[in-house]
Amino acid sequence: MRPVLRPFLALLLLGLLSPVFASAQGQWPTPPVEGKPPPQVSGPLSGGTGDHTKYEALKQPFASGPEVTKACLSCHTETGKHFMKNVHWTWEYRNPDTGQLLGKKHLINNFCTNARGNEGMCAQCHAGYGWKDESFDFTDETNIDCLVCHDTTGTYYKTPNSKGSPACSVMFEGKPPIDYNLVAESVGLPQRANCGTCHFNGGGGDNVKHGDLSSALTNPPRELDVHMDAQGLNFACTACHITKSHVWAGSRYQVLSKDMEGTGKPGQRRDVATCESCHGTAPHPVDSLAAFKRNDHIASVACQTCHIPELARGGVATITDWDWRTAGKTRNGEGYHEHGYTQGNGEHRYTYKSIKGNFTYGENLVPLYRWFDGQMRYTTIDTKFDVTKPVAINDFTGSREDGDSRIWPFKKMTTWMPADMGNGTLVYTHLWGEDDDSYWGNYDMGKSIAHGMKEFGLPYSGEFGFVETFSYWPITHTVSPKEDALTCQDCHAKQGRLEGVEGVYMPGRDNNRWLDLIGIIAVLGTLIVILGHALIRIIAPKGENH
Amino acid sequence: MTVRRVRIFSLFERFWHWSQMLLIVTLMFSGFGLHGFHHMLDFKQAVNLHTLAAFLLLLLWAFSIFWLFTTRNWRHFIPTVKGMWQVLRFYSFGIFQGEHHPYRKAYWRKHNPLQALAYLMLKIVLFPLIWISGLVYLFYFLWRDIPHATQLLDGVALVHTGAAFTIVVFVMIHVYMLTTGHSFKEHVMPMINGFDEVDLTPEEEAYLLKDQPEVLG
Repeated sequence: MRPVLRPFLALLLLGLLSPVFASAQGQWPTPPVEGKPPPQVSGPLSGGTGDHTKYEALKQPFASGPEVTKACLSCHTETGKHFMKNVHWTWEYRNPDTGQLLGKKHLINNFCTNARGNEGMCAQCHAGYGWKDESFDFTDETNIDCLVCHDTTGTYYKTPNSKGSPACSVMFEGKPPIDYNLVAESVGLPQRANCGTCHFNGGGGDNVKHGDLSSALTNPPRELDVHMDAQGLNFACTACHITKSHVWAGSRYQVLSKDMEGTGKPGQRRDVATCESCHGTAPHPVDSLAAFKRNDHIASVACQTCHIPELARGGVATITDWDWRTAGKTRNGEGYHEHGYTQGNGEHRYTYKSIKGNFTYGENLVPLYRWFDGQMRYTTIDTKFDVTKPVAINDFTGSREDGDSRIWPFKKMTTWMPADMGNGTLVYTHLWGEDDDSYWGNYDMGKSIAHGMKEFGLPYSGEFGFVETFSYWPITHTVSPKEDALTCQDCHAKQGRLEGVEGVYMPGRDNNRWLDLIGIIAVLGTLIVILGHALIRIIAPKGENH
Repeated sequence: MTVRRVRIFSLFERFWHWSQMLLIVTLMFSGFGLHGFHHMLDFKQAVNLHTLAAFLLLLLWAFSIFWLFTTRNWRHFIPTVKGMWQVLRFYSFGIFQGEHHPYRKAYWRKHNPLQALAYLMLKIVLFPLIWISGLVYLFYFLWRDIPHATQLLDGVALVHTGAAFTIVVFVMIHVYMLTTGHSFKEHVMPMINGFDEVDLTPEEEAYLLKDQPEVLG
């Protein structure tokens, strides 16, 4: 091709495609910003003292990720030790208050059920290399994956740590090789896209799990998130989830639901991810009498409640209901999936997958509001419960009276999922594997459960069924601009947002039925007496008229 | 005793009465809006209006209490049973037969016994009930962490709303009473120009003629 023709062809192509772009954008309530955004704000760590393109250690030929890690650690000598303490590495968390052993390594969730035993697939999102079974070495620093968080080229990717069934493994073939030198020399502080690789895709797809963490946050406009606004404040995740020695503030396993400390002393850094740590405990400018009351509400209402009016915004849907009972249907002996939902940004989502069952999607949803003290209590693999009733995977506590709770917004997830009906427990399903028992490939739930439980020496009655489960996800991302925040009467009204929140008298929502009845009778009674009195005055025989 | 037109309501009293009326109407309108009886204001506007009017009324009351005690006008509100029966009898029976009102205004007793008692109760029971409960309600977030705060809040809301209903009843009767004389206008005028017909003792008349002639019409 002659060089002069190229621009013309490019223009022609652009011209042909532009109507497509235009129509796609028209359907999107909050279109992503265009062009290359300025660097994201990463909090106190921004700046940097070295140029990674100049380091000799990064110029050597790399054939694999661990080799790059070795090079990283040759300069960042202490980082490996630091990193191994965080949940991105351990996938394990012991709640100091409840004593429960949590973390992805152990927990059951009501999405893809359990990572345990399925690490070959699930540990793609482990910040390490090669975790596919119990033999993984958690003490080997070179197993740390530095690049998944620090790559800024967008060319780095991960594939499952084991092949899985033949039907699954084909999905991950044919990817372009990674230029490790380019990626290593381009490292930077984590951008939203880095964290999003995993956190936007929790539960097995875009925004499936959280409802407030989706690919729409990669380059969000102000309407979607006032802090991450790519053309505005442009916060990276770590601007709030501030980091000390590779340990991040802001844990979902132990939420700080009520921060009354605020910004701390001048110059003091508070290692928390709360709104109050930046905005203080009287965040609203006092420009009216009502503004005083807004600031008062800090004691009872989480910032998120008013400032995140809806979840699953920005054109990406979240899953609200999942039914594993319908999983395993095949056509001509093979699994299939069905499109059935078109989300705000125009993308189609599967409403049925043989490997997972049926899904219900939702967008721009009103959250569930409840008192929340920050403490989650999990139904773990060894928790016994009544299988005839719905069970909460992570139940939470909180009330008006405990002093630690505020009213928080939640996404409530409902899932019919497999359980051991005989023993009354949840189960580890064996979904991913190269063997004959893995559900993703063979579609036999009984075999999958038997395998998953046996692998970890857990009791299984042999009788499986399905139970209705709930899980609750505190909403804290996608903070709307202030003009979109809830107004007083969204809650201070009958059938308002806080209809189901107990334990407090709210003017506008609550009233004493008896008092109102007596009051109305008194007023009407007075009116009747007055009218009667006036009537008698008019018709009564009078002497001298006065 | 002579009947003279005397200025019994000073400029301050008239200002007090009418601004109090405006503020109470504003408080009723915004307050029953907050309670959910109507939706003519959005909640934020209603909160602003209700709080502002409440503070203005408290300020007005602070001035009026000062005025009452420094001018000795508080004596008009001392309760008495003398003449009470006649007044009650008049409103229950006499009024229907075209009788005269049994009470004659005196210079140091411009309210009839029933009025004096009603206004006194308003001043020392109903108004304190509503403004104290209102302030406690407004500053809920200062005491929300004391034990049983939510039950207390229920009680505070109950008292505040109950007092509001009672004030509505008072206002209805108060306004109706204006129609019971010769004419509605005749009852309202004293609160506008200050003058009403009052029985003066010769001493009072002589004193006023000499020292305060502008008080006599």
